[in-house]
Amino acid sequence: MSILAKMKMQPLLSVRDLAKFYGGRIGCADVGFDLYPGEVLGIVGESGSGKSTLLSCLAGHLAPDRGEVIFDTKEGLRDTVLMAEAARRRLARTDWAYVHQNPRDGLRMGVSAGGNVGERLMAVGARHYGQIRDAAVDWLGRVEIAADRVDDRPSAFSGGMQQRLQIARNLVTGPRLVFMDEPTGGLDVSVQARLLDLLRGLVREMGLSAIIVTHDLAVVRLLADRLMVMKGGYVVEQGLTDQVLDDPQHEYTQLLVSSVLQV
Amino acid sequence: MIRSTNIPSFWSPRFCRCDVITISNLSKSFTLHNQGAAVIPVMTGANLGVAPGECLGLVGASGSGKSTLMRMIWGNYLAASGSIMVGDVDVAKAAPREIITLRRGTLGYVSQFLRVVPRVPTMDVVAEPLLTLGVPAEEARARAMALLAQLNIPERLWSLSPTTFSGGEQQRVNIARGFVHPYPALLLDEPTASLDLVNREVVLTLIEAAKARGAAIIGIFHDEQARARLCDRLVDVTQFTPKVA
Repeated sequence: MSILAKMKMQPLLSVRDLAKFYGGRIGCADVGFDLYPGEVLGIVGESGSGKSTLLSCLAGHLAPDRGEVIFDTKEGLRDTVLMAEAARRRLARTDWAYVHQNPRDGLRMGVSAGGNVGERLMAVGARHYGQIRDAAVDWLGRVEIAADRVDDRPSAFSGGMQQRLQIARNLVTGPRLVFMDEPTGGLDVSVQARLLDLLRGLVREMGLSAIIVTHDLAVVRLLADRLMVMKGGYVVEQGLTDQVLDDPQHEYTQLLVSSVLQV
Repeated sequence: MIRSTNIPSFWSPRFCRCDVITISNLSKSFTLHNQGAAVIPVMTGANLGVAPGECLGLVGASGSGKSTLMRMIWGNYLAASGSIMVGDVDVAKAAPREIITLRRGTLGYVSQFLRVVPRVPTMDVVAEPLLTLGVPAEEARARAMALLAQLNIPERLWSLSPTTFSGGEQQRVNIARGFVHPYPALLLDEPTASLDLVNREVVLTLIEAAKARGAAIIGIFHDEQARARLCDRLVDVTQFTPKVA
């Protein structure tokens, strides 16, 4: 695709002047950005910087106090903040996916692995048992879970497998935008690497857009096209990921980048 | 080997004598907020141009700004002022997504360091730039393998991650990544630095082939013989270093 065609492309998500307050305290404020189809945006910052609050507002889990979150739905541009709850939930089932840091928050622990994946399909209207099971087995394979584990419950899985199952459950319905809250957070480093590779491949093959909240700069360098740095609820710097990490402009980003331990 | 069908015709030297990379009045400074907001000017008034099929060598002592200039063209260092045209994109002012598109198909970069997702097989590391461009997986892998073979990376290593490789092997994997797609513009940061004579020759031949197909190349070569063989012109970056008042 030519550069001109890319520039004319419509953003998938446009955020304007978004703010959320907890009483007198700022959760996040003055946040604005455009996310284009196929782009991965990383949001970094220390604990309490507002990155999770922002992600919750974008995904419709929290109601922002101010601002617009315009999503390019199949029916045209819609402000998801002003949307009826039912319409927002439909988006969350179809066009969006949300990968929680703790897989237990995103999985149904009492239901088999296949059931976890199939349930999302049934929520969007799939009814044919054989097809649902085939799709479930196919997706388990894509996240490298063996077919003979399809009837096991997630509680019998390791942490890394649970996280991959959560990703399969989320992506089976072919969403266009994935929200991820510290997706590699609780995993040990060798499992992290595999998951990073898996996510990169899926983003590339499915043309997904993603917003990834993390405090791990190495993860965003490998996954994100663009980076937003948050501090005290505000975005202090944003730009191309390797530019923000290699030539940080803001005082806080310089401190953050220079504080990373070298291995 | 490498097919050159992906190059738009206007890049071809036969149709266009204009420069692929044009740098005008470029300057750069670093502001170190954690050291009393010290402002360090490192470059001022840089101008240069590279035509299709031409290789330009950057020279100057260590610390004179060769790598800084190269990183500004790649876009991971921000320009303070001036312009960096690569094709029709001004890297100094472009939005992140324009730079990403530029890096995908037009601008290649062989840095001195290999940065990859751990545990990904070497073959896939090399094929990745093609997969991102939408080349079918089988063809991408075939081209990656051909290049790895040409660069004398033993076949038994192709399924292993390059993170455990020797310095010279990692450098050749990096070079394979940079040459797997026929980028119209290429940045090479000491591509022959830690290679033995045989592999150095392979890399020099690859660079000559890239020139012959019309790539515009900017390189840093400490290897003087390589520089003499490849570079059509040299630019001493010391002339862009701000004079201390």
